[in-house]
Amino acid sequence: MSGATAASGRRPRSLAGPLWKRAVLPTYVLIVLAITLVPIIVMIVYSLNEAPNGRLSFSWQGFTTEWYRHLFEIPDLTDALVTSLEIAALSTVIAVAIGTPAALALARYRFRGRATGDLVILADIAAPSVVVGASLLGLFVYLGVSRGFGTILIAHVAFNVAFVVIVLQARLRDIDPSLSEAARDLGSSPIQAFWLITIPVIYPAILSAALLAAALSIDDFIITSFVAGQTLTFPLWVYGSVKVGIPPQVFAMGTLIFAAGALIAVAGLFSARRSARQTA
Amino acid sequence: MSTKLRTALVPYLLSLPAALWLGIFFVLPILTILGVSLMTGNSIDGWTLTWNFSIFGDAISTYATQFGRSFLYGGISTAVALLTMYPVAYWIAFHGGRFKSVLLFLLLLPFFVSFVIRILAWQFILADDGIILGALKDVGLIPEDTHVLSTPFAVVAGLTYDALPFMLLPLYVALQRIDRTQVEGAADLYASASARFRTIILPLSAPGVYAGIVLVAITNIGDYLSASILGGPSTTMIGNIIQTQYVNNADYPIASALALILMVALMAAMAVYARVFGTRTLQEHVT
Repeated sequence: MSGATAASGRRPRSLAGPLWKRAVLPTYVLIVLAITLVPIIVMIVYSLNEAPNGRLSFSWQGFTTEWYRHLFEIPDLTDALVTSLEIAALSTVIAVAIGTPAALALARYRFRGRATGDLVILADIAAPSVVVGASLLGLFVYLGVSRGFGTILIAHVAFNVAFVVIVLQARLRDIDPSLSEAARDLGSSPIQAFWLITIPVIYPAILSAALLAAALSIDDFIITSFVAGQTLTFPLWVYGSVKVGIPPQVFAMGTLIFAAGALIAVAGLFSARRSARQTA
Repeated sequence: MSTKLRTALVPYLLSLPAALWLGIFFVLPILTILGVSLMTGNSIDGWTLTWNFSIFGDAISTYATQFGRSFLYGGISTAVALLTMYPVAYWIAFHGGRFKSVLLFLLLLPFFVSFVIRILAWQFILADDGIILGALKDVGLIPEDTHVLSTPFAVVAGLTYDALPFMLLPLYVALQRIDRTQVEGAADLYASASARFRTIILPLSAPGVYAGIVLVAITNIGDYLSASILGGPSTTMIGNIIQTQYVNNADYPIASALALILMVALMAAMAVYARVFGTRTLQEHVT
């Protein structure tokens, strides 16, 4: 508050204000932050814990980097991770490919069905995962489609499209439509204007939409658990191992996925800041 | 084809692939669960549509406890997450200064940990001989037979933890958007700190509050992972029932009926929300 010094003479001020603002709330924020970080620290610490019989126990057995050195020792777990990565990559590419034009239509054109489109996108994001998963399984059962890699991919694209559209729509609303109109006036075809103007301008948003989609796909448990059949993704494999004991590699992989995600986000943050400074 | 007609077709062509995908794999399944729930039969002899409407009554009376529990756990965890994160979002938005992005980034770190592993980590923290209870038992502060896992507390704690970053984001966006000059103006007009909060900041942050509530409540009421890893037989939620009936027991009609009831109940809540605050705010806050 810039006017505070000038006004402090006439404004009745309580001493509680600054104390609340400078000490109580910041301390509280740090406590919440600590609670937020506890499970992450647990994951990292236990990924470095000795486990004599290959299953993690709650007690501390001693420091080791063995699980990182033997990350791919458990073939089933490795397969599940590979499946997860493949589905993340494919579902992201498909979702971006079909979601980008849809976002363009919803953000730039007035047409019958636009409101319905907006509603379906919103419903797709807001609908509880159990309902989405259960109903999709119902359809596959009804049509006699056998469950596996293909049905997981279909399901992941179905939820990723909505997030891609939402992210791109927000970006498209911010940018000036007259840019591509100008290109059209200068004689470019709509397709040229799309590739030469719109795509480069929304490219950062496409990238963040793609990262979000990939993250959601790798992370999804509930919807996948309905449509997976006998195929296991990383989260499904981990869930299945809870009853028999978790191999430490799970936490090591979790830590690496976490580190990769966080690093990409930091890189994104810095490049966004740099480009913001360039345009400013 | 005339240019005008061609231009009119453009938005439809652009959205066609996504519309087809969502139409077939999201809208159609949701519509067909009504049909599936009205069927009788079994996996071997096949299913026939018998318009068995009594299934809804049966589903509600059989699983009333689990429905009630889901809304109770979902409601409590949403409320706790809101009350926990509002002051955090407020302080970061108004007084975060140069720590703003760092704090937000750190508070959103759970997003990068796999959902299953996040819940699993809480199992390690809350287990009988785990990090907290094990240590307390070793020094004799609590009796040996104390346990937290399998209790409603453990499930609600897991749900609440999971909700924290999802609650923070819409709250922060709404609070960040508030025009600071309005707050300063009120201060110049001798409004006390609490009056400024009640009459300006709280009402202007309402869209964020409601977006957070809707997103978190829907996710948590429908969740079954927390109950299944941190809970026990007495904490089963409706999501657990839908999952077991569908995937393990292949009792498609009852599972579909339960999913439909859950969705209708949540949609009713959403409709009230949309009526009062409009859908746009939710959409804006999701992004």
